[in-house]
Amino acid sequence: MHEMSLAEGVLQLIEDAARAQEFAKVTAVWLEIGQLSGVEVEAMKFCFDAVVRDSIADGARLEIIAAPGIGWCMQCSQTVPMQEVFGECPQCGSHQMQVTGGTEMRVKELEVA
Amino acid sequence: MCTTCGCSAGEVKIDGDDPHHEHDHVHADGTRHSHDHGHEGEHAHDHGHRYAPVHSHAATHSHAPGISQKRMVQIEQDILAKNNAYAKQNRERLAERGIFTLNLVSSPGSGKTTLLCKTIAMLKGKASVAVIEGDQQTSQDAERIRATGAPAIQINTGKGCHLDAHMVGHAMEKLDLPEDSLLMVENVGNLVCPAAFDLGEAHKVVILSVTEGEDKPIKYPDMFRAATLMLLNKCDLLPYLSFKVDAAIEFARRVNPAIEVIEVSATTGQGMDEWLKWLEVGARDTATKKLATVDALKRRVAELEAQLGAR
Repeated sequence: MHEMSLAEGVLQLIEDAARAQEFAKVTAVWLEIGQLSGVEVEAMKFCFDAVVRDSIADGARLEIIAAPGIGWCMQCSQTVPMQEVFGECPQCGSHQMQVTGGTEMRVKELEVA
Repeated sequence: MCTTCGCSAGEVKIDGDDPHHEHDHVHADGTRHSHDHGHEGEHAHDHGHRYAPVHSHAATHSHAPGISQKRMVQIEQDILAKNNAYAKQNRERLAERGIFTLNLVSSPGSGKTTLLCKTIAMLKGKASVAVIEGDQQTSQDAERIRATGAPAIQINTGKGCHLDAHMVGHAMEKLDLPEDSLLMVENVGNLVCPAAFDLGEAHKVVILSVTEGEDKPIKYPDMFRAATLMLLNKCDLLPYLSFKVDAAIEFARRVNPAIEVIEVSATTGQGMDEWLKWLEVGARDTATKKLATVDALKRRVAELEAQLGAR
């Protein structure tokens, strides 16, 4: 969803860091994207390339670190892997699930010159 | 877009905005940037003077002569951090004034504006309601709201597909919101993007009309997961449709086990009493919380005054 706005958010964080850290060129960007964050990685890559054009991150390589989806099953009272936000518990099949991990959308680090 | 305060000026228009103008300035740390902004209102911008602590270390390679050395910079920041900071600011301002705020989200054509007009009409004389309207273009919805007598302000997002907390903060300044009132934010008709953007509201309310598919909650799970309440609208049309109410609710609960559901029809008034009751409870809780804060502050002032008097 809304990958274009998110890509603009990433560029803002990069430009803020560039002012604070005084670097003029970004050559690679690491993003942590959760499996349940609703972010389509391919769309993110496409939007990122478009958004950073003519910025300090023009041509930067985008690396995605995937974070697995994790949920709490209220029936089993334990943490289980989740594939989708409306996913069912792989153990008991219940939909009484609370997402506890995998919604991350973070800029982790940059390689700068 | 202003890259410093996040003010996406070019396309976004808020009713009654001053013409924006450009200027640039130099900060103490030597950075220079230009941005444009209107001069009405007191909404604080973060101009990026305060940086989150970042730490950098040199990469172990790239020592070849003539090539600048590459290094790594740790950022560790949420992509939506900027929006979330504005949302927090909005939420605090609303809480201080006891304003119960809802973010109404749905696909286009679910009947949000009609439902709002009906709600405002039914609350007339009982509660004060103000509306922030979000659409890509036109101020038709704000005009429909104003026709009911309620103050409304239109935000046109231009190419944008959702409202963000920064736009809503500016719109809040332009509406003179009374204490202990209701603020309804009608988001851009879109079941995808608005789910991720916190505006500072108390709750997201998702409106699903029965002329849509009952499987919408699992097709667009993020929105239904983000919402506290689902209003199933246009229920007067059920006799003419094959829409299965139970299935829709089952799908919604699959995504969000805690979601509340009210079946309504803005046309016939069915279920509207239950919806108004829900609003009343929320508004009362918000006003009570404000009082608790005000009372706490008053007690603290009294304590300090007592201490001063004892000296």
